[in-house]
Amino acid sequence: MSDTRRILLDFDGDRRDAHSYEQAGGYQSLRTALGMEAGDVVSLVDTSGLRGRGGAGFPTGRKASFLPKGRTPAYLCVNADESEPGTFKDREIMLRNPHALIEGILIMSYAMSATSAFIYIRGEYRTEFEVLKRALEEAHSRGYVGRNVLGSGYDATIVLHRGAGAYICGEETALLTSLEGERGQPRSKPPFPAVAGLYAAPTLVNNVETLASIPYIVEMGGEAYAAIGTERSKGTRVFSLSGNVKRPGNYELPLTSTLRDLIEGKGGGAPDGRTIKAIIPGGSSTPLLMPDQLDTGIDYESIAAAGSMAGSGAVVVIDDRTCMVQLALRVAQFYRHESCGKCTPCREGTKWGVDIIQRIEEGTAGQHDLDLLLNVCDRILGKCLCPLGDAMAMPVASYVTHFRDEFQRHIDEGGCPFVAQSPISSLYHDTSGVPA
Amino acid sequence: MDPATAETLAGAMETRPEMPPPLRPDDTSAPLRDRILAVVALYPEPRSALIPALRLAQEEYGWLSTEAFEQVADATGFTPALCKSVASFYDMFRLHPAGAHEICVCTNISCALVGAGETLREFSRELGIEPGSTTADGRFTLRTVECYGGCGWGPVVSVDERYHEPFGPDRVKPLLDELRGESQ
Repeated sequence: MSDTRRILLDFDGDRRDAHSYEQAGGYQSLRTALGMEAGDVVSLVDTSGLRGRGGAGFPTGRKASFLPKGRTPAYLCVNADESEPGTFKDREIMLRNPHALIEGILIMSYAMSATSAFIYIRGEYRTEFEVLKRALEEAHSRGYVGRNVLGSGYDATIVLHRGAGAYICGEETALLTSLEGERGQPRSKPPFPAVAGLYAAPTLVNNVETLASIPYIVEMGGEAYAAIGTERSKGTRVFSLSGNVKRPGNYELPLTSTLRDLIEGKGGGAPDGRTIKAIIPGGSSTPLLMPDQLDTGIDYESIAAAGSMAGSGAVVVIDDRTCMVQLALRVAQFYRHESCGKCTPCREGTKWGVDIIQRIEEGTAGQHDLDLLLNVCDRILGKCLCPLGDAMAMPVASYVTHFRDEFQRHIDEGGCPFVAQSPISSLYHDTSGVPA
Repeated sequence: MDPATAETLAGAMETRPEMPPPLRPDDTSAPLRDRILAVVALYPEPRSALIPALRLAQEEYGWLSTEAFEQVADATGFTPALCKSVASFYDMFRLHPAGAHEICVCTNISCALVGAGETLREFSRELGIEPGSTTADGRFTLRTVECYGGCGWGPVVSVDERYHEPFGPDRVKPLLDELRGESQ
């Protein structure tokens, strides 16, 4: 087991109330930042090497530096629309450490001279919304939010905005469209949000975990944070571990750790003596890794070199009971449901993907259907405004590539050979004698 | 429940953070129009208040009827057609009347891998309805939903927007008994 250092969730229980957060040193970094030049705060974040924890992994300091200087209004939008299947880390951060997020928002708002900040929280997170609402009220009454923050002359406004249920709104341009009161469809880039974002004003969109890390980075210094991790993946990251493991949950690990540290060390490995069949390393949109790749590092570069993506840090473990066709079907159905319909390859391709995989699972597919499925995936990849279509095409193609024999057996045997054992079967087959 | 799933659900019980009690509901004594106007005032541009306004209307009436859209339109200045077009994009807006209690079962991959299908079937059996429908007495709506962000603590069941995790099939009957008791 490598270094177990934690930064963001390095405590038991919670720090929901401002007092417990202050007792632990909270809001000191805000004081420090307000005493610095705004540009120096951006440089400090840049030095830390922090990369966006939402999914794309783009360097946070560099993203902030793209904002044109001195243009007003300018907005900070917090992406709390966590919805990539497998990901539940931002939720725990908001539940247990909401003031770290608020302090991070305040520091970033100051650094970019934001007119105001918006927290776009997914509509389903009602309890988390309430926790943030209460925390914001506390922060306001203590002078951290509002006019003349801590006597600095800086005014900070934070608006808490609930979404209403749409996966696509986690994509940053769709989030902005939704925040403007429209159907959450992505926009063509360029222009990027840094130039023309919310209400066509310069806008920075950052993920919850990214912003919540900033108070700690200001406290410890950019160099100290950069000293944790690998050459290009700095600091610690909260990994959401789910699926067939003994102890699923969120685990914060330094980016020098391996998948084995997370899955076996933290998660206890597969339950009840089962063996691991495959691993989804970065949320449901990422290609599979195989059990012989367990020693892969969990940093962005190592996972990419192994053939997948670190994505949102959501690691889903699949054990040997699972039917990969059923899993592919479930993934494809999800992306079909969430496709906003704007781009043809995604709108039509996700439907075709579902139809073909359904035929394979039901046993009505022909011999040509596997190649047709791969062909459909290929015709989606890279051809749309946003990566939603890719998010179906990439994993589905990887399931077929790694488990082609399983898909072939469904076709040859006229149905699913794994109905009795696969935990997903009950969604697609009558496994219990219960009348449908 | 098979032993492997049982072991995973037991592990989830240990890692799931404690959820705080619900906040006291917002004061809804003011007319809907006034509450919508208060939300409009929070944003630099009024259009951003459309989704919050639709939510307020849904909370008022339980679903978004033609009359509800008219009221949102009157208060925000948008056309009813635009309000309806926006509402129809989002999963949480109800364009039809729903049961007194809305039960949502997540069936996305992480929940499916730990037996969400069995939980769903048990709800279906106990309520005597298919997912996507409402009981004849109007008490319960049962829905399948996509990822709710409780993947490590699944299967996730949300009842009237409150999460219950992990929710194996054995919890279905006790929950329904409790809800039936409340509404009597």
